Amino acid sequence: MPSRRLLYLAPLAVFAVIAAAAAFYLQSGRDPRLLPSALIDKPAPAFSAPGLEYNGKTIRQGVESTSFKGRITILNFFASWCTPCLVEHPQITALSKTPSVALVGINYKDKPADAANWLARHGNPYARIGVDPAGEIAPEFGLYGVPETFLIDRVGRIRLKQVGPITAQVLKEKILPAIEALKK
Amino acid sequence: MRGAAALILLALFVAVAAPSPPASAIGPGEALEDAKLEDRARVIGRQLRCLVCQNQSIDDSDAPLARDLRRLVRKRLTAGDDDRQVIAYIHARYGDFVLLRPPVDERTWLLWFGPALALLAALAFLFRRLRRPRTAVTAEALSPEEAARADVLLGDRGDEP
Repeated sequence: MPSRRLLYLAPLAVFAVIAAAAAFYLQSGRDPRLLPSALIDKPAPAFSAPGLEYNGKTIRQGVESTSFKGRITILNFFASWCTPCLVEHPQITALSKTPSVALVGINYKDKPADAANWLARHGNPYARIGVDPAGEIAPEFGLYGVPETFLIDRVGRIRLKQVGPITAQVLKEKILPAIEALKK
Repeated sequence: MRGAAALILLALFVAVAAPSPPASAIGPGEALEDAKLEDRARVIGRQLRCLVCQNQSIDDSDAPLARDLRRLVRKRLTAGDDDRQVIAYIHARYGDFVLLRPPVDERTWLLWFGPALALLAALAFLFRRLRRPRTAVTAEALSPEEAARADVLLGDRGDEP
């Protein structure tokens, strides 16, 4: 009976389907640890972060979420203790020179002295820097590590989230095109 | 006798499966003064995944992020949110992955109901198989060639009794 013989092949067929699906996802280069942001196309959470101060000097004014309205903003969470932040620093610096984009930083769980020294040594591309020493603003943005970068449009909605460092490739292929799209 | 054995097995199973109150990673000074509110915070914390650890809830993880989220839960509770609102607040920011119990919606129905469907399908298959009457083996008449071959093999003994 050929139909019964075929039935014996059914488990193999099921396995083949599962194997094909697994192979597809493994080959797609998708990193399962990268979670899609739940905040995409949602208004940026309201917050107010005091500026970065060190030795009685204000290094940068703080950041208010109300300031996001009316211009394109790159919001970058960074810390002096975060090695990948150093990796992305040249690209962050390049972003600060992008016309009609405001680059603001949130200094995450850092000591002001460390942050000030880090910025003095590697350059300070940020127009404003708010501090989040206790990690209270970060959960509002669904942050689960540094660096994370948010692209916020002129009406104050989050349009893009980059988890991990902005490499030269990410800058060229993801961030800059997204900024161009927002300018239109 | 068998009933007793089954009862013992069942008791063992229940003992193993029953959730014991889990140890918490809550540090000193973290807990709320209000014991009722703190109890609610603990229950909520056990439903939220620590995103940087493997399958630990924020209630039992030592990770700094888990601590920050525990604090956020307590802040929202103190602000007067009910349990559902607190979970919705964190869900809105961290997405489905933060929920240890995924929501039931069109994207997850296969996850939720797939195993039951597979079990039903297997049971249906099994019952159909068991209910089918065993097919009697019917002797088919030999073809003339076969009869001739059988005669050769058995020796021509004729048909006399």
